[in-house]
Amino acid sequence: MLSGGRGKAGGVKKASTPQEALDVATKILGLTIQGFPVESVLVVEAVSIKKEFYLSFTINRFEKCIECILSASGGIDIEEVGTTNPEKILHLSIISKPPVDNKPLAQMLKAVFVEYDIISQADDILQKLYRVFYESDCTLAEINPLILTADNKLIAADAKMVFDDNALYKHPDIETLRTKEEYSVDEIAALNAHLSFVSLDGTIGCMVNGAGLAMATLDLIKLAGGTPANFLDVGGSSNPEKVYQALSIILANKKVRSILINIFGGITRCDDIATGILQARSKLDITVPMVIRLTGTNEDRGRKLLTDAGLSVATDMTEAVRLAVSQQGRAS
Amino acid sequence: MSILIDKNTRVIVQGITGRDGSFHTLSMIKDGTQVVGGVTPGKGGQTVEGVPVFNTVVQAVEATQANCSVIFVPAPRATGAIREAADAKVPLIICITEGVPGIEMIENYRYVKEAGVRLIGPNCPGLISPGLSKVGIMPGPIHKPGAIGVISRSGTLTYEIVHNLTQAGYGQSTCIGIGGDPIVGTSFIDLLTMFEKDPQTSAVVLIGEIGGRDEEDAAHFIKTSMKKPVVAFISGRCAPPGKKMGHAGAIISGGVGGAPSKIAALEGAGVIVIDRPDQVAQGLLSKGVPV
Repeated sequence: MLSGGRGKAGGVKKASTPQEALDVATKILGLTIQGFPVESVLVVEAVSIKKEFYLSFTINRFEKCIECILSASGGIDIEEVGTTNPEKILHLSIISKPPVDNKPLAQMLKAVFVEYDIISQADDILQKLYRVFYESDCTLAEINPLILTADNKLIAADAKMVFDDNALYKHPDIETLRTKEEYSVDEIAALNAHLSFVSLDGTIGCMVNGAGLAMATLDLIKLAGGTPANFLDVGGSSNPEKVYQALSIILANKKVRSILINIFGGITRCDDIATGILQARSKLDITVPMVIRLTGTNEDRGRKLLTDAGLSVATDMTEAVRLAVSQQGRAS
Repeated sequence: MSILIDKNTRVIVQGITGRDGSFHTLSMIKDGTQVVGGVTPGKGGQTVEGVPVFNTVVQAVEATQANCSVIFVPAPRATGAIREAADAKVPLIICITEGVPGIEMIENYRYVKEAGVRLIGPNCPGLISPGLSKVGIMPGPIHKPGAIGVISRSGTLTYEIVHNLTQAGYGQSTCIGIGGDPIVGTSFIDLLTMFEKDPQTSAVVLIGEIGGRDEEDAAHFIKTSMKKPVVAFISGRCAPPGKKMGHAGAIISGGVGGAPSKIAALEGAGVIVIDRPDQVAQGLLSKGVPV
């Protein structure tokens, strides 16, 4: 399962016989860790650990650079070390292509590895990790723990990589690694429809254009005493088909008791949205109340399409949110 | 006065022959912008909406004395477009394009700095000085000239708040979307500095969202270096940690970047933080900003 905290949740176990391996694997397969059910188990050779280190590369948005993080206190408690003993974690800012510049790096490697006499091994691993981070457009490439074995070999015992969605077009091989276990059923449907969607656990289905306005809409629903069922950004130049797909995904969630559509037309044209809503209404069985707010580009045309079809349209966001909360569960 | 753009701004459009580029060229012209040229490699000599198209930015700048460029090219070509404009020393570059890879932006950020030019965006709606010039994709008619500076990480949410300002009688000096990505060319602080100096601007509305710490940094700047009143709205208060809500920037991770820390920092700096977009006029009034 694709989450951190596996060791702490009992997802990493040692076995010394095949029978014992079967027993612990069976137990692990029954676990749910951080909300993800365990669907497969990786079996690897056990190594005797002399020392655990931590090594990662990540994007530092504050300094607008790539940051290398290295610590002699690796392992499952690394996050705690970060808060309790920040001085035990070393940082290096990088702004150039691989390889990592030797001068500042040498100092960092010396500080962590000199007492174990493994500087050149560490240097090799670090440079390789940076190359893979850079060339695969990662936002995180982490080895934790980086293990020193009893026979003085430095090995990556576990690793985690996060890839930049914006760069996936360059890496079709990475795109194929996407597994369905990361997503809920409706999130997969949204992914296929190229909609930005997140499942939440409330009762008001939302369709909004623009991520900022969509987040603000969820906030207003909470403020008005309701709970949002999802985040859904229908995007910029939204064609009617996308609106139809978005509404089918929202309606597939049986917890939804009302739908709120909040559109501020800029690139998005209100008449396109209205056409999509009408298409959806003719094809889908919509049994919950639907509150529609349309403002902006081609507002008049969009409004006319909907009112001619007997739907009412709000112009004010706060009012639309109130209606969506108060009309929950009523017949549409 | 306004900041960054005014009626003398001469704009070229990179990617002018594309669907978005040509559509927004017309829209910008309608809103009073001097669009003096466009760039699409291989299409030099054509015209779009009466605007001459050039093969390169250098040729366009030489022929038109443009001092601003707006980029509409697809994401795989955005880095090339940004660097071409920087190489041609275009002083103000606005990148509307969404989906520029993060590592490329780390490099682009330094590239434009070294060229001594300013980049706004990527993944942003651009900017408008109402009645003077628009370099972006926002609907012009919701704006009106006035004294409020608006800065935001979002697009449509900005329109929502600007619409409320205009309806309440508050016009705007300049409205700018800095972009929703983790790494963008221009920060809140850069713009707060300009608004503080701009004689036309009497107050600033800051529209932030979860993720990163731009709002916290802005709060520190407001506290130490600003006299003009600021009203803020933060979206994403009820977003669950670790989930990416559309903007690459809008994600709470490791406890950093949540709404409570941003709101506390802003309030600590004397900023009025409103709960709903339709309270923006009320916020300005309570700060004594006249309509």
